[in-house]
Amino acid sequence: MSFQVPDFTPALPEAFLLGMLCAILILDLFLSDRSRIVTYAIAQLTLLGAMFLTLSSMSAETVLTFSGTYIRDGMADILKLAIYASTFVTFLYAKDYLRDRGIFKGEFYTLGLFGTLGMSILVSAHNFLTIYLGLELLSLSLYAMVVIQRDSSIASEAAMKYFVLGAIASGMLLYGMSIIYGITGTLDLAGMTANITVQTPGILLSFGLVFIIVGIAFKLGAVPFHMWVPDVYQGAPTAVTLFIGSAPKIAAFAMLMRLLVDGLYDLHPQWEGILIILAVLSMAIGNLLAIAQTNIKRMLAYSTISHVGFLILGVLTGTQSGFAASMFYTLAYVIMALAGFGIVMLLSRKGFEAENLDDYKGLNERSPWYAFLMLSVMFSMAGVPPFLGFWAKLVVLEQVIAANMVWLAIVGVVFSVIGAFYYLRIVKLMYFDKPADDIPALTASFDTRLMVSLNSLLILFMGIFPGSLLGLCQAAFPG
Amino acid sequence: MFADWPILSLVIWTPVFGGALVLATGKDTNAPIARALALLVAVLTFLLSIPLWANFAIGTADMQFVEKSAEPWIAAYNVYYHLGVDGISMPLILLTTFSTVIVIIAGWEVITQRVAQYMASFLIMEGLMIGVFSALDAALFYVLWEAMLIPMFIIIGIWGGPRRVYATLKFFLYTFFGSVFMLVALLYLYFQTNSFSILDYQQYPLGMTAQIMIFLAFLVAFAVKVPMWPVHTWLPDAHVEAPTGGSVILAAIMLKLGGYGFLRFSLPITPDASQELDWLMISLSLIAVVYIGFVALVQQDMKKLIAYSSISHMGFVTLGFFLAWRIQSNSGDLRGAVMGLEGGMVQMISHGFISGAMFLSVGVLYDRLHSRDIKDYGGVANTMPIFATFAVLFAMANSGLPGTSGFVGEFLVILSAFKADFWIAFFAASTLILGAAYTLWMIKRVIFGDVANDKVASLTDINRREFLIMCLLAVMVLLIGLWPAPLLDVMDATVNNLLQHMMHSKL
Repeated sequence: MSFQVPDFTPALPEAFLLGMLCAILILDLFLSDRSRIVTYAIAQLTLLGAMFLTLSSMSAETVLTFSGTYIRDGMADILKLAIYASTFVTFLYAKDYLRDRGIFKGEFYTLGLFGTLGMSILVSAHNFLTIYLGLELLSLSLYAMVVIQRDSSIASEAAMKYFVLGAIASGMLLYGMSIIYGITGTLDLAGMTANITVQTPGILLSFGLVFIIVGIAFKLGAVPFHMWVPDVYQGAPTAVTLFIGSAPKIAAFAMLMRLLVDGLYDLHPQWEGILIILAVLSMAIGNLLAIAQTNIKRMLAYSTISHVGFLILGVLTGTQSGFAASMFYTLAYVIMALAGFGIVMLLSRKGFEAENLDDYKGLNERSPWYAFLMLSVMFSMAGVPPFLGFWAKLVVLEQVIAANMVWLAIVGVVFSVIGAFYYLRIVKLMYFDKPADDIPALTASFDTRLMVSLNSLLILFMGIFPGSLLGLCQAAFPG
Repeated sequence: MFADWPILSLVIWTPVFGGALVLATGKDTNAPIARALALLVAVLTFLLSIPLWANFAIGTADMQFVEKSAEPWIAAYNVYYHLGVDGISMPLILLTTFSTVIVIIAGWEVITQRVAQYMASFLIMEGLMIGVFSALDAALFYVLWEAMLIPMFIIIGIWGGPRRVYATLKFFLYTFFGSVFMLVALLYLYFQTNSFSILDYQQYPLGMTAQIMIFLAFLVAFAVKVPMWPVHTWLPDAHVEAPTGGSVILAAIMLKLGGYGFLRFSLPITPDASQELDWLMISLSLIAVVYIGFVALVQQDMKKLIAYSSISHMGFVTLGFFLAWRIQSNSGDLRGAVMGLEGGMVQMISHGFISGAMFLSVGVLYDRLHSRDIKDYGGVANTMPIFATFAVLFAMANSGLPGTSGFVGEFLVILSAFKADFWIAFFAASTLILGAAYTLWMIKRVIFGDVANDKVASLTDINRREFLIMCLLAVMVLLIGLWPAPLLDVMDATVNNLLQHMMHSKL
């Protein structure tokens, strides 16, 4: 049989990433801690290069390559751009934080870029194996990043939990994939359900489907597979929490879309019901448990779980506009998460973690500008206009209502109101309370402060002009 | 010359950007600049809003000063930047701009911490509220409706009283909870009509079940805002803990948003459901008038008393709006229904001035003695005669004395209630007694009699700034009371048009 060299052009960003990664790996060996800024700079340039390559190969048509295991379509382009941009911002925010804690190591950037590569592959996957490849590359990088601060026991515990639970979830995903392969005879997402006939035992299909959804739900952090989220978010150094809470959510959304929509769309009646349960539970547990938290990272972790619930609402409608709404929600959420965790890191300094809620007391008197930025992030996450988070909720709710599930929309809004409380509590601490005496002054480099400000102002700006991002998301799902 | 200017956009965005500019003045060392700039912006906005009155065409119910963007604001959802006013919203916008000027002057020396943020919050809130009154696109309306909560949340929370955190969280979560149901209803209407235009919704035919669900969703949102019994409990706390300026805006404008919502959304979009459930609205309104009137009678805190009085007066507003169908089935004379609607509208405007004035009066006393308890006062007239004159005038207006604006609205609504049903009118008219009772009893205990204690003996009368704002408000109260015709003429065409919508079944 003849061997055809696959067309590498659609996968140029990934190839570039991998090449630069290897270069950074080797180069970093020869750099000392003081010159680590070079690694940082090259990593950022790599990401910019990957973004440029993705932009230049953007087009309306879908291209399959690598024997149909790799796809480049509209959704992949936009999500990859978002992943590269989000990682770029994460690296920027993390720089000061890592330096202050002595973990400004090249491994952070190489692992981060490996994770980014894994995410790119996951987003462009069109085959069970490619999905698993991307997922594992991402997950293993994240496991290692969580414990990059070797002497932190809380980080080691978090990493252990993440690794063990993640391994089980990956195992379940693989098991589900093997069952579906057994029924359909193919690993390729295209035409996977073509081999399903009336004779196919439906229970086997549901069996496989459930295991696959378990794997996806773990990665997303949906209830009841959310146990790792609060512990990992709290235990990991905030820079790593920022990374975990932003770009991988985009990748998890992509995984959800590829598996359930590109592959198993014909099983929509079955997975719709499962996703409804996941969504309602996530919104409920996420919002209710966040109220009890005193650590802001843990609170943001539970808030992430509730946002994931909302995100799933858009996908379960099964319509193209529903998928576009979910994608808009995911991208909006990532922008908010970047800003939120970014401000948390900005307020942390050498020897002082701005982790407890009480650390935010009286921020309006100490630094009114950052209090205002945090206010924007908090109200946006609560879904209050005129911030971006409101439009994200509105488009998802609209799609749910259009799918004739008004009761689900009401459940969603009721939990949003319940959830508004813990966001308001942060605003209350910042604006209404007096500052504690022993909090050190804000010191952060200029580029971090500038980026945080731009990030948060983007939330307000896009809250007033959401049309462009909305149009972009809708264009990715034609028809 | 100003005919081509986008007046509504100017009136909305001037205070918003002006507020941002005031914020930029920064720390309290620049407080004089912040105050002066804020006053300038507020007066400018008021002057910009005068053409809305002067150039308003009486006799047409069409939307005026309409601005609609050629391109949709958000193409994906057909959302346009669509503004316009009619006889209902235009007086409310003028009330807003006038009240903001009063509030900025009222906070002049009283607020000393974070002055720039205080002034900016009021200016931004003013812009957003005017936007709510003039929005003709449902998505734009909702965005501004919710966005308005943020500055009020901050105002009560930073400059409020001892229990301000509880009060402001309660205020925000209560109103947010009510509003999200309105969001679901608006999204449902969008799904049906593929448009966010409120005028389209008013024309769109809906089945009875859909109408009832949408009416109830709107009811939750507007009942919390008005507030109606039993979802009124946030208001006394919010009023008591808010700073004086916050209470004035809350009472004068924010409550009217609920009433406006009924007029703009519930009545025209779901007329059949409104007819079906008018017994509910009338009962809740009468409970507010009578029961809350009694609750006001036993209050010891002056601000709480005025808060309950506000709820009671707003009961009149909602009563007037929902009498139309009873009047038609009873006597068939729809002029009575017009009286009810116009009475409710005038009551909204008049209550804005009167309750604002009463809260400012309490604020004057609080600034001096730092107490709102009635028992800490007595015989204030002896040491503050000019203030006492104003306070008694506003108290009379609150009780509904003819010649003051408080009488006009109540009289129209009671007359209209008589055309519907004797007993409704009977209970509504009890406000004439209850209102006089709680207000005048409070005035008697605080203002009249002998000087109660040393603190009262050491009170100084109102200064020129306080005199100015009281004068302005007294003028408005007397003007509307003695000559309400201009106000009624402005709303007449719109109210008649609305009534036609209401009487015309959509089924």
